[in-house]
Amino acid sequence: MASVRGIQEGIVNSQIWKSVFRVGIPNTNRKRVLAVLGSLILHLHPVKVRRSGVRMSYTWCMGGTSFFLFLVETVTGLLLMFYYRPTIEYAFTDIMDLREQAPFGIMREMHRWGAHAMVIAVWLHMFRVFMTGSYKPPREFNWNVGVILLVLTLLLSFTGYLLPWDQLAIWAITVGSSMARATPGAGNEGPMSGLIKLGDIRLIHAGDDARFGLIGGRSIGAATLLRFYVLHCVAIPLVAGFLMAIHFWRVRKDGGISGPL
Amino acid sequence: MSEEITPYQVVPKTPLAGSAAADIREQGEMTRRSFPFVITAAWLALTAALGGLASVLGRFMFPNVLFEPVQKFKAGFVADYAVGEVDERWKDKFGIWLVRTEETVYALISVCTHLGCTPNWLPTQNKFKCPCHGSGYYKSGVNFEGPTPRPLERAKISIDPSDGQIVVDKSKQFHQERGEWTDPESFIKL
Repeated sequence: MASVRGIQEGIVNSQIWKSVFRVGIPNTNRKRVLAVLGSLILHLHPVKVRRSGVRMSYTWCMGGTSFFLFLVETVTGLLLMFYYRPTIEYAFTDIMDLREQAPFGIMREMHRWGAHAMVIAVWLHMFRVFMTGSYKPPREFNWNVGVILLVLTLLLSFTGYLLPWDQLAIWAITVGSSMARATPGAGNEGPMSGLIKLGDIRLIHAGDDARFGLIGGRSIGAATLLRFYVLHCVAIPLVAGFLMAIHFWRVRKDGGISGPL
Repeated sequence: MSEEITPYQVVPKTPLAGSAAADIREQGEMTRRSFPFVITAAWLALTAALGGLASVLGRFMFPNVLFEPVQKFKAGFVADYAVGEVDERWKDKFGIWLVRTEETVYALISVCTHLGCTPNWLPTQNKFKCPCHGSGYYKSGVNFEGPTPRPLERAKISIDPSDGQIVVDKSKQFHQERGEWTDPESFIKL
């Protein structure tokens, strides 16, 4: 047994080990706490959690599940980007190829089902936070960050919906983006937009209103597909990632996962 | 008592006018009097820069060139269209139904006024029917069923005096609910 211990010490004392781990093996509780706090990876998890924080019947683990599903969507989405081209010539056939020709044809289905699951998980997380009163001070700010994250989750689903470029996608986005026509002052059918005139020429019309800026044209077309692709793969995930960092940080700073009332 | 020069004081070399910038240049540090001007100018500059950046980003999302069918096109001669029929030959390309009646020709825009889908013309039932949510319109374009709040829109239509062809211009629409279908540009009088 002495030789096993000798090997262990040899590894721990080697230059490679020491270059990776800044401190030796912590042998007291105090040193263990400091080791967790001093590590970039380990400090992402709190040193101590409430007993209620690890009780599934209390948290439902829906916040963690939402984040896990976001990671699943990131990984599977990144893999889909190797095969999918966001142009009207190729988008639909590439989706077909992802199912029929790409190795492990399940990748696109995982992305799709993961998206559905994430929307459900985010709603359940919000429901749990509401029912446990975890939105109350000092957590009001984090509740608002969470509401924005909910909207971003729905926008990710909405922008991703167009990418298969089938009839369902095109008409769903036609209908969904029509809401932007009713933007007050900025949509061509919105309230007050008719008041913005130069002489008797309306300045807000189908060719320059909020919907036009959103979809890059008067109707859903090649510009919309490319636009939604960029929003779906880059813009919204970046904003959501930034807000998630704030969200998790505030959970810790507001006293950890809230306990039972 | 001799005058001591601390590291924070610089002896003025040339007497300048008492502007905030001159104060700073002379004395090497901000004074209580110059600070509000400097900080106000700095905030204004930052606001202007961020405002300019936001406008540029916003404008960038509105394309100058569209790869869409043109809004104005020639649709042949009145004689090409049968009386009492809804003609679908321009629907795919330009999103227009041309309808000829006994006395008029008008151009209906094939966009459902509910949420923007493309309705179908059902000749056997003599109506337009939208597949998305079931809005129905008469041949005239007036709605009679489903969730849509108002009739289909008509496009500007005229006869080109040089060759006698029908010209349809989708950039100008006529709304029935605003009483615009009586406008002489909204139909061709036969």
